[in-house]
Amino acid sequence: MNSIAMFRAALLGLAVTTLGGFSATAGTYDISVDNIRIDTGDFKKKGVGYNNSQIPTVLRFKEGENVTLNVKNNLRESTSIHWHGLILPFRQDGVPGISFNGIKPGTTFTYNFPIKQAGTYWFHSHSGFQEPDGAYGAIVIEPKGHDPVHADRDYVVQLTDKHPHSGNKIFRNVKRSADYYNRSQRTLDDLVNDARADGLKATLKDRKMWGKMRMTPTDVEDIQGFTALINGQSTKQNWTGLFKAGEKVRLRLINSSAMTYFDVRVPGLKMTVVQADGNNVKPVVVDELRIAVAETYDVIVEPRKNMPYSVIAESMGRTGLVRGTLTPQAGLVGGVPHLRPQPLLTMADMSGMMGGMGMDMDGMSMGNMDMGGMKMNLTDTGMNDMAGMEMPKTDADPHAGHDMGNMDMGDMKMPNKEADAHAGHNMKNMDMGGKKMSKKSMAGMNDMNGKTEFYAPGSGLTPHAANGGKFLSYNDLKASQPLFRDRKATRTIELRLTGNMERYIWSINGVKMEDADPIVLNYGERVRFKFVNETMMAHPMHLHGMWSLLDTGKGKWDPIKHTVNINPGTTVYTETEVDASGQWAFHCHLSYHAEAGMFRKVVVVGGPA
Amino acid sequence: MKNLLAPGAVALATLTAGAVFAEPGVPPLIYGVQVEQLEYRLGENDEDVLVWDFDAMVGNDELRLVFRSEAEMETSSNDFETLENQLRLQMPISTFFDAVVGAHASTPTEGPNRYNLVVGVKGLAPQWFEIDADLYLSEYPFGRFEAEYEALLTNRLILTPSLEVNMPFKDDIEAGQAAGGATIEIGARLSYDLVGRAISPYVGVNYEKSFGGTADLIEAAGGQSDNLSFVVGTRLFF
Repeated sequence: MNSIAMFRAALLGLAVTTLGGFSATAGTYDISVDNIRIDTGDFKKKGVGYNNSQIPTVLRFKEGENVTLNVKNNLRESTSIHWHGLILPFRQDGVPGISFNGIKPGTTFTYNFPIKQAGTYWFHSHSGFQEPDGAYGAIVIEPKGHDPVHADRDYVVQLTDKHPHSGNKIFRNVKRSADYYNRSQRTLDDLVNDARADGLKATLKDRKMWGKMRMTPTDVEDIQGFTALINGQSTKQNWTGLFKAGEKVRLRLINSSAMTYFDVRVPGLKMTVVQADGNNVKPVVVDELRIAVAETYDVIVEPRKNMPYSVIAESMGRTGLVRGTLTPQAGLVGGVPHLRPQPLLTMADMSGMMGGMGMDMDGMSMGNMDMGGMKMNLTDTGMNDMAGMEMPKTDADPHAGHDMGNMDMGDMKMPNKEADAHAGHNMKNMDMGGKKMSKKSMAGMNDMNGKTEFYAPGSGLTPHAANGGKFLSYNDLKASQPLFRDRKATRTIELRLTGNMERYIWSINGVKMEDADPIVLNYGERVRFKFVNETMMAHPMHLHGMWSLLDTGKGKWDPIKHTVNINPGTTVYTETEVDASGQWAFHCHLSYHAEAGMFRKVVVVGGPA
Repeated sequence: MKNLLAPGAVALATLTAGAVFAEPGVPPLIYGVQVEQLEYRLGENDEDVLVWDFDAMVGNDELRLVFRSEAEMETSSNDFETLENQLRLQMPISTFFDAVVGAHASTPTEGPNRYNLVVGVKGLAPQWFEIDADLYLSEYPFGRFEAEYEALLTNRLILTPSLEVNMPFKDDIEAGQAAGGATIEIGARLSYDLVGRAISPYVGVNYEKSFGGTADLIEAAGGQSDNLSFVVGTRLFF
């Protein structure tokens, strides 16, 4: 770099930066890692923050720039910064024990690497639980040439799930009592209500089934009790972004949560998704999207009225919600919607697990199974023979008494019990009559008709837009500029996502990080990863240092991601061009799952040193 | 054993390598105290009793060291009717169950001291029953089976029925135990999670009854072979 200007990373949480509003290619950035007090408006706690603030620091780079980052550790323990999604030499990747030895207390570590990409990324500590404790910030990289995404305003919208307990305490608690933070469990009240709705016999049968497996359908979010924040600010503190009516506003959504997936919407406005995980995608217009932990999505909204609009991020398990405001004048506040009903996991979400646990599905009675809102009373049939399945004989149900023996559910619209926006849930591609469902085909059910749906058919997690409109799917993502030519993968590596919920052990192929050998890849190969989720929870899998091309069946147009969500009971494929030598981390980005063992070291053999 | 020692060994290795914080692959050591019962029992015959039953543990997924203490102390005399302390090692043997081996010391104020080797299982049975089943082995062997169920009336108001069966396999006349004479304890406690799950005060009932030779021994000593008490106390988890 010829002109290296000094640029102190400022606290830009509320700052308005119009594109092109900053000019020089900056070179050196100073970041301090500090013990801070965090105030969410709901509670105060000690935490960790960058540059002495709970408002995340935003680093603004320019593609082609050579950055020098001085990270001063003011903590009394080691720290590290990982540049999430950046392509860089592995020694700059910031994972203690894999890329370097960490940053000791009182010392300054200098990172130095070229910026080879543009887009929205983020950074966070990779040491212990500093990230859930608050050590995260945003990275915005301006493209070298013309930015194909036009916007008049540009805001980072960085989400987190701030918990009153420290990460260490949370981990200790869930290790000793896995449901410590689950306050959405089914109670006597639910038992009574379900018995009224479905009959006592069916309800008890349902409880018996879950009890037999010692699983609960409420394990959607295992760490509840957080206050959701946008850019370090709770609903009360109301993060605000200004606009003039008619302007295009770019929101750079980043999910920096420890554990929480968010469903994001701006009621009254369509969102045009233009980027995912830092890579531009063919614009797709949606009403709502789900952002897994560690993912980023850039969306454009065009508020046309002179009124405040709420930016709503509602947790997937509906236990928390944060509202920020886009407004034409400071001081106006957007509305706060009620939390939607909490989802329950279904047998579909368990389908992967049953293969993994070696359970005898034939002997399992599946009474009163809730498939995506559709209540089915199953007779004493095993799963291998779903042909004998019956619908509940209630007056309310138009299909009462139907024998589903030869019914093709392909185009059947299913009425929903909740009679809300979920109504009309379409269980496409599900032919439950003609096919014998073996354990295998159940686990791989999302592969039916060659199309990956990314949710197990009938999953309780399948999202629906609050306004009944379009909800973003991975299938909608199409790279606007492929980074690699499409070629056949040299080999497939199967990674079964495994765990023991009760012991809070999370693993890959049944082996925890501490007992596992590294995954060895050869420089120059194209490897295909097959993720099989055998747990009941969704896992955002993040490979450091190299891109994950998410197989949506679009060949070279498949979206280019750094973090890929794998829903329960599904199988997802990604491909990676192994173009970065050294050693890298590969893990579930849920903080406590990663720490519990759902983590691998990847060693790339060969290539430039 | 290898895995219990591993955190220390890796910590040492990382110290020499220059990093002192938990590295990927080395989860922090887990520790904590879980007080199942800390309660005041208001007995039928004006004998109030202070009771505790807690586990203090340290370890990891592979091995846990547990200190378990159970006591019943008469508040009028400060005498321990029961005082049992155990050091237990717990290792997973299946998805939901751990094997237990340990040492047990029973040192009531009156009555003989007894020391046992403990072997047993602890875990979660189908339908969410928490089970402790232990054999206490010595000159005076006995078995103890404990089961507990947490019924969520709401997500914070929890009714916990419990059952404990003590079965002496040999006569221990001095300690008031006769072979085959079981003592059964049934309880029901209604708790409210006041502060997270850290502090959960409760009220409840506890009923204890001895059978067979054990009941005869108690009655011969002028005692009652059954006892109903109302309890007030708190669960603690920290």
